[in-house]
Amino acid sequence: MSVLKALLDRWTWTMAWRDSQSTRGRLFLFSLSISLGVAALVAIDSLGGSVRQAIGQQAKTLLGADLVVTSRAPFTPQDEEWLGSLGGESARETSFSTMLTTTNGNRLVNARALEGDFPFYGQIETDPTTAAAAFHRGDGVVIEESLLQQFGLKAGDSVRLGKADFQVLGALRKVPGDSVAFGALAPRVYLPERDLDRTGLLKGVSLARYRRYFQLDSKVDAEKWVKEHESELRKRRLETDTVARRQRDLGRAMENLFRFLNLVALVALLLGAIGVASAVQVHLRRKLSSIAVLRCLGAPISATFAIYLAQALALGAAGSLVGIVLGLTASTGLPRLLQGVLPVSIQSQWEWTSAAIGGAVGMGICLVFTLLPLLEIRRVSPLAAIRAAYEPPRRRSLASWVVYGAMALAVAGFSGAQTPHWWEGFAFTGGLAVALGLLAGTATLIVQLARQLARLPLPFVARQGLASLHRPNNRTLLLLVSLGLGTFLIVTLQLTRTVLLEQLFPPGQKNGPNALLFDIQTDQREGLQALFQRLGLPVLNEAPVVTMRLQKVKEVPTEALVRKEGDPRDRGDRPPDWALRREYRSTWRTNLVEAEHLTAGSMSTAFVGEPSASNRVPVSVEANIAKELRVGLGDTLEFDIQGVPIPCVITSLREVDWRQLRPNFYVVFPTGVLESAPAMFLVATHLPDSQTSARLQRELGKAFPNVSTIDLATVLQTLEAILNKVALAIRFMAGLTAGTGVIVLIGAILSGRGQRVQEAVLLRTLGASRFQIREILFTEYAVLGLFSALTGIVLSVAASWALAHFTFEVNYAWSPGVLLAALVSVPLVTITVGILTSRGVADEPPLEILRQEGTG
Amino acid sequence: MTANFAAVSQPTILSARQLTKSYGRGPEALTVLKEVSFELGAGETLAIVGPSGSGKTTLLGLCAGLDTPTSGEVSLAGEPFSALDEDGRARVRNARVGFIFQNFQLLPSLTALENVMVPLELRSGTASREAARALLDQVGLGSRTHHYPTQLSGGEQQRVALARAFATRPQLLFADEPTGNLDDETAQKVVELIFSLNSAAGTALVLVTHDLELAARCQRTLRLKGGRVLTPV
Ligand SMILES: Nc1ncnc2c1ncn2[C@@H]1O[C@H](COP(=O)(O)OP(=O)(O)O)[C@@H](O)[C@H]1O
Ligand SMILES: [Mg+2]
Repeated sequence: MSVLKALLDRWTWTMAWRDSQSTRGRLFLFSLSISLGVAALVAIDSLGGSVRQAIGQQAKTLLGADLVVTSRAPFTPQDEEWLGSLGGESARETSFSTMLTTTNGNRLVNARALEGDFPFYGQIETDPTTAAAAFHRGDGVVIEESLLQQFGLKAGDSVRLGKADFQVLGALRKVPGDSVAFGALAPRVYLPERDLDRTGLLKGVSLARYRRYFQLDSKVDAEKWVKEHESELRKRRLETDTVARRQRDLGRAMENLFRFLNLVALVALLLGAIGVASAVQVHLRRKLSSIAVLRCLGAPISATFAIYLAQALALGAAGSLVGIVLGLTASTGLPRLLQGVLPVSIQSQWEWTSAAIGGAVGMGICLVFTLLPLLEIRRVSPLAAIRAAYEPPRRRSLASWVVYGAMALAVAGFSGAQTPHWWEGFAFTGGLAVALGLLAGTATLIVQLARQLARLPLPFVARQGLASLHRPNNRTLLLLVSLGLGTFLIVTLQLTRTVLLEQLFPPGQKNGPNALLFDIQTDQREGLQALFQRLGLPVLNEAPVVTMRLQKVKEVPTEALVRKEGDPRDRGDRPPDWALRREYRSTWRTNLVEAEHLTAGSMSTAFVGEPSASNRVPVSVEANIAKELRVGLGDTLEFDIQGVPIPCVITSLREVDWRQLRPNFYVVFPTGVLESAPAMFLVATHLPDSQTSARLQRELGKAFPNVSTIDLATVLQTLEAILNKVALAIRFMAGLTAGTGVIVLIGAILSGRGQRVQEAVLLRTLGASRFQIREILFTEYAVLGLFSALTGIVLSVAASWALAHFTFEVNYAWSPGVLLAALVSVPLVTITVGILTSRGVADEPPLEILRQEGTG
Repeated sequence: MTANFAAVSQPTILSARQLTKSYGRGPEALTVLKEVSFELGAGETLAIVGPSGSGKTTLLGLCAGLDTPTSGEVSLAGEPFSALDEDGRARVRNARVGFIFQNFQLLPSLTALENVMVPLELRSGTASREAARALLDQVGLGSRTHHYPTQLSGGEQQRVALARAFATRPQLLFADEPTGNLDDETAQKVVELIFSLNSAAGTALVLVTHDLELAARCQRTLRLKGGRVLTPV
């Protein structure tokens, strides 16, 4: 209370200002420790705000319509009539995969025959911009920009789809509802619907999608309509999408990303706060006699406390202010980084609330951390003024425990707000505390070790360097914690990235399958074989596929299991709808393939007889889908193949490595059941390069237009591009943390500089050369850097393993390269910064020093 | 005779009764001060002398309320310290006591003028620069007001400390070996200043020194050895 009163006193601030006289510059430098953390918070929050706003404002362009209804089969007249009752405007689209023929090559594309004024919100972006209008007039087609570039085509050229020729109107850049990445996966071609017949396509194509876009009356709420007509939609096998749903999905994904980034920013901020706190501690240690004198002169405890609290507050404010400026500046540049990843365009703007929040969090964390050294002020006895060596008894006071508690609460509170569950915030805080504890433990160990080692008959400079690690007022703990924490964070981010990339791009598949051909008709197999031979392509895998639907699970009809109107949301007590409703594409064989292994039961041999309830077909089910369907070994399933029921029993469970691009199946039948059912074939092959890929596409387009291809190489490239952008954001955060670590390092070295200079002067009077003094510094920073790196690396391996294992649920992938890089670079940076910051320590004229210290 | 008469006729400003100070507990305990008693009248001067380690600084610290005795009682202007908490003692110090130290103890980041202003500001929140400047003039440093301690010599620093000590017009001045860090000539000047300011303001003085010549300038002398009073006053 009296501290608050003292804080409001002008004199306190005057004294705080005067008292900082010779240290102002240095204090300001220390305050920068929290700036990068605050900057990160502000930038992330500001960007988050911009993105939220963009999603809100451009919500309707996320879909281009209020409601989209999709069907895998042409809309029946009844459907048309039912949907027609919705009113408003509507547009039709039929999309399918087909071959685009140009003078410069062929390529499988996603063709979209459009009729009507879609998009109702936003625009189809084209180059030239007039192309979109020309397309709506029906003048020709617009084609994915990347494809035009690939084939060197331009507006006015002619292309062929099926049997019809079209004029190219321009390049397609963006369509509301599609992410940019979508176009890279399957290049889009828009053609007028009335030209669809002319192409003669859509005859043998089984995989067309039919869409209806609606612009509804303002009175009709799409979301509500969908909810009310859920069962009707299900009965008609229609799928829907609404603006609200898109908004929710996108929002959720973005929130997760921002939360994750916020946690990283928090760690950077904490690191900075530790730096500021330790700087304040050093600062106060120098002020002990001043504090004692003030007390002799009659200043109450609260007044002296308030003076230094005021300084700490100013420190926090200065650091936060710089952070806010940096953060706002960064937030104007960040949207460009996210372009192409987000389906909305972000207007960068200065979010003042973000600035306020970031500043407040920065100030708050900084204050809580600096309170710890500040509390020591209250124990400074005025006696210290007359007896210099007087040491106050060192026992943790109740107040300091309260501060520790406040620290933990502040961190847990902030992180709890960032994570979906509060306990995750506590887990995060606990993990952080463990990391800090381990680093502090290592520091203590080093101090002990250095003490022991310094006794060994080592060279003089080595002994001196080691001695600096354990002598009084050493900075070993602070440096180890800040460097180690920085290393820990950066290496963890890097390792996790590697883990995720490995998951997507498993190594050692040089000649493995990277392309998949599907929808091959039985009578096309021989021709295709010949084509492969001509192109020198291997058939790495071939499998027949029969499409079926699930009829019963453990004798219960699926219709009874799916969610009814008014049912509570899935709580895990029954299989999810998608698993019950999906089309199962199954194969038959009696052996396992390379990417599989059994987890229970055994593969069955040939099936004999007619499938019936008493003679069930033994099938092998993939482990994950079995879990979703809540079935296990011995449970029964019943499939429906074009009206024929096939009663089955599960006799084995398989685990499948889905990363391998092979024909992988949820359900595998034995021989003797499906042979007579209408089957299509899947073939996996390896395409050595993009030329072969283009040639195959061309040949397929000519001879087997119904066959579709997935070229993994292209897909992976696109995914990698997106991942790289996310990785860039993460690396940006890691960079901020590293920057904070370096600032703390500089601060720590500077704050110990006075003592250093004195030692150097003393050593030089005793005959040490400057070179020897530098060697001493080198030894010290090399040991610090090395141990920080080691501790950080051990921690990060543990953390990234835990992340891989528990959060992402993937296999851990070792990346010795990252570890080695950290092991080399951290000591290197430490030594470089250390030597640079200590520059001049060996050059100060001794007399000057002796004079200064006489009056300190 | 006069001294004794003064002591009796003046009201008591400082009284120490049976002061004992021990460090540690049990058999390890080290008693550095044993049953020291004395009284000091307003405006009176007392020298505490004794060899190094005899407990002079300890006694001064107790008298100024910087530390608490193991047993015994100190009263300043009739107010016993034991009845006050730390902030209460600080208030008494600010109101009635001035200090000068062997190592000067100026606040290093404050100018000479600001150093003199601090006790006044502590008292009333503000201080007149003029009053502080006048005090610096009095100690002969009127031209050095904006210099920082590092820019002043030892003697000059001690004179600033003197100005600071007298800024609040204290009733009692404590000086712990004020000339211990000064050369003879400078010491002489500082001593003259102490005594002239002292008599001008009517301040009582407790002066710790091992310089017997300096002690002789005080009205009374208290000799300490091994924490005990050799010559009772
Ligand atoms: N905190 C302490 N713990 C133990 N002994 C102390 C402490 N402070 C002072 N002493 C001892 O008390 C004795 C008196 O010290 P001091 O009053 O400083 O002597 P003087 O000022 O006469 O030289 C010395 O022997 C000193 O070692
Ligand atoms: Mg002494």
